Amino acid sequence: MTQAKRTVRITDTSLRDGSHAMSHKFTAEQVRDVARSLDEAGVPVIECNHGDGLAGSSIQYGFSRVSEMDLILEAAEVCEQARIAALLLPGVGTVEQLKEAVERGIKVLRIATHCTEADISQQHFEMAKEMDLEAVGFLMMAHMRPPEALVEQAKLMESYGADCVYIVDSAGAMLPKDAAERVGAMKEGLDCQVGFHAHDNLGVAIGNSLAALETGADQLDGSLRGLGAGAGNAKTELLAAVLDKMGVETGLDVFKLMDAAEYVIAPMMPFQPFPDRDSIAIGYAGVYSTFLLHAKRAAERYEIDAREIMMELGRREAVAGQEDWVIDVALDVAKEKGAV
Amino acid sequence: VSEDKVKVAIVGSGNIGTDLMYKLLEEPGHMQLEMVAGIEPESEGLKRAREEGIGTTDEGIQPVLDDPEIRIVFEATSAKAHMQNAPMLKEAGKIAVDLTPAAQGPYVVPTANLREHLNEENVNLMTCGAQATVPMAYAISQVTPVRYAEMVSTVASASAGPGTRQNIDEFTFTTARGLEEIGGAKEGKAIIILNPADPPLIMRNTVYVVPEDDEVDEDGIADSVEEVVAEVQKAVPGYQLKNGPTFDERDTPWGENKPVIMMFLEVEGAGHYLPKYSGNLDIMTASARKVGEAFARHLLGVEEVVA
Repeated sequence: MTQAKRTVRITDTSLRDGSHAMSHKFTAEQVRDVARSLDEAGVPVIECNHGDGLAGSSIQYGFSRVSEMDLILEAAEVCEQARIAALLLPGVGTVEQLKEAVERGIKVLRIATHCTEADISQQHFEMAKEMDLEAVGFLMMAHMRPPEALVEQAKLMESYGADCVYIVDSAGAMLPKDAAERVGAMKEGLDCQVGFHAHDNLGVAIGNSLAALETGADQLDGSLRGLGAGAGNAKTELLAAVLDKMGVETGLDVFKLMDAAEYVIAPMMPFQPFPDRDSIAIGYAGVYSTFLLHAKRAAERYEIDAREIMMELGRREAVAGQEDWVIDVALDVAKEKGAV
Repeated sequence: VSEDKVKVAIVGSGNIGTDLMYKLLEEPGHMQLEMVAGIEPESEGLKRAREEGIGTTDEGIQPVLDDPEIRIVFEATSAKAHMQNAPMLKEAGKIAVDLTPAAQGPYVVPTANLREHLNEENVNLMTCGAQATVPMAYAISQVTPVRYAEMVSTVASASAGPGTRQNIDEFTFTTARGLEEIGGAKEGKAIIILNPADPPLIMRNTVYVVPEDDEVDEDGIADSVEEVVAEVQKAVPGYQLKNGPTFDERDTPWGENKPVIMMFLEVEGAGHYLPKYSGNLDIMTASARKVGEAFARHLLGVEEVVA
């Protein structure tokens, strides 16, 4: 008996999620080098823009050293087969930046909302479809809601035109069972594709991705060396190797990705994201992975423990994009200790 | 009508109109609420207006237009409705205080620029975020030129209605413009985040300001911010500076280690009709009342110091 070979589409987000770990300081040359190596390794979709999505360049999230529009253009120019994606968070980016990004060459738009707020994305999905883009929904911080609630939100995105909706473990707080249940429920409830985006804060990014695959994920995200927020993402080169061993078709060249991780990304990384003390605290508290560097900075400035900031943010139920609360909470904690 | 009152009407009997009604009843100042206009006779808003002994109509704006004594009309419908109503109000010689995003007249943020617009026929209240954060940019630009002002609003999911949700881009465009045109920043930026925490959180706003000058007059800025907060509080008692102004440095497009001034605000609603966490809606109705009062005094020739 022969069985059709299982396939999964990999999107590499080193140049988008990695923007957080790089403090948004990617140069044009770095972007060209990374995009070229991913393209040559057969990665079908390369996400490239500010970590917090189009127009994320700000005091709140950190200013881009080089404009994301220029970086998108650089990436698009060097790719032979890969399509460039950009992330957009309604409330941060608008259709104005979307149009600009399309002019620079994006073919895929990933639209991210907090996992209960899908209905703020309608105008962006509609514009994306109008512009002939592939449109992917991102339900962020998906560990905060049960599978049924996520399916309901994903259905909204599907009704707006989503080609795929991702379960996004922004906090790296899920365990394999959590990922499997959520993706499984989405596969049952939706007609469109389903994806899973992992963070490694609890050290289970690859395990969660495999669990998601087990219950039907059509798309998975990775980044080279895990370059991403918090403890980083599932490592693209590692995913490629593991999936190949499992006999899952990805179209990726495992050795080329290992080389890209080793020789292209590693030398430019300011640090290797991994589940260190503060990143584990993020996964443990269930807060947004990008708070990592902001919390470290605030902790240093106000002489407090970054973990205390994370735990308090968790108690306040902070969602994606609330970096201002990091400072606000740090000031409150410092005040309590009489430090300011 | 007693001689020291101007008759006013509210068009729109939904949440915003009803909350505004209670504010006008509680603190009428130089206004007398003459009519609440809706389109659903059994709507909660019209029912409550009748209970309060206010004249109501379910025939929309026409009865308001037909009453020559009504001089000021609060528009609490929708952008689409106000686009249609605005020329009719103008024709009828009434002043429109517009709480919708229709933007048929100049934008006003009471603490910053109301005095300049008291001879207009139609003014618009921009967005809740602008009402909350433009005063902070304005406070700093009174002391030192502002290169850049950025605001981040966090609003409880439960208090963001379908209008906001379907056109969230509108919020960012309009609020950024407010930071520039009224707040005095050379460049403005706005971000809005909806947070579904339960119980719902009170509206929070963060304002970041990059001054042109690297030399920052910290005391002067702190004084100006304090003064403006006190001024806003007169109209919006739940407006509060929780942290800041705090002074930090950031790498920016205008140089590395540029000074950044940060302010962390909370806006709690008065709970007249809307829940207290809906500071985002309260600040609109409270600001509208303040604007109406300024117009009423202006029409009556009653002097008031409007900051």
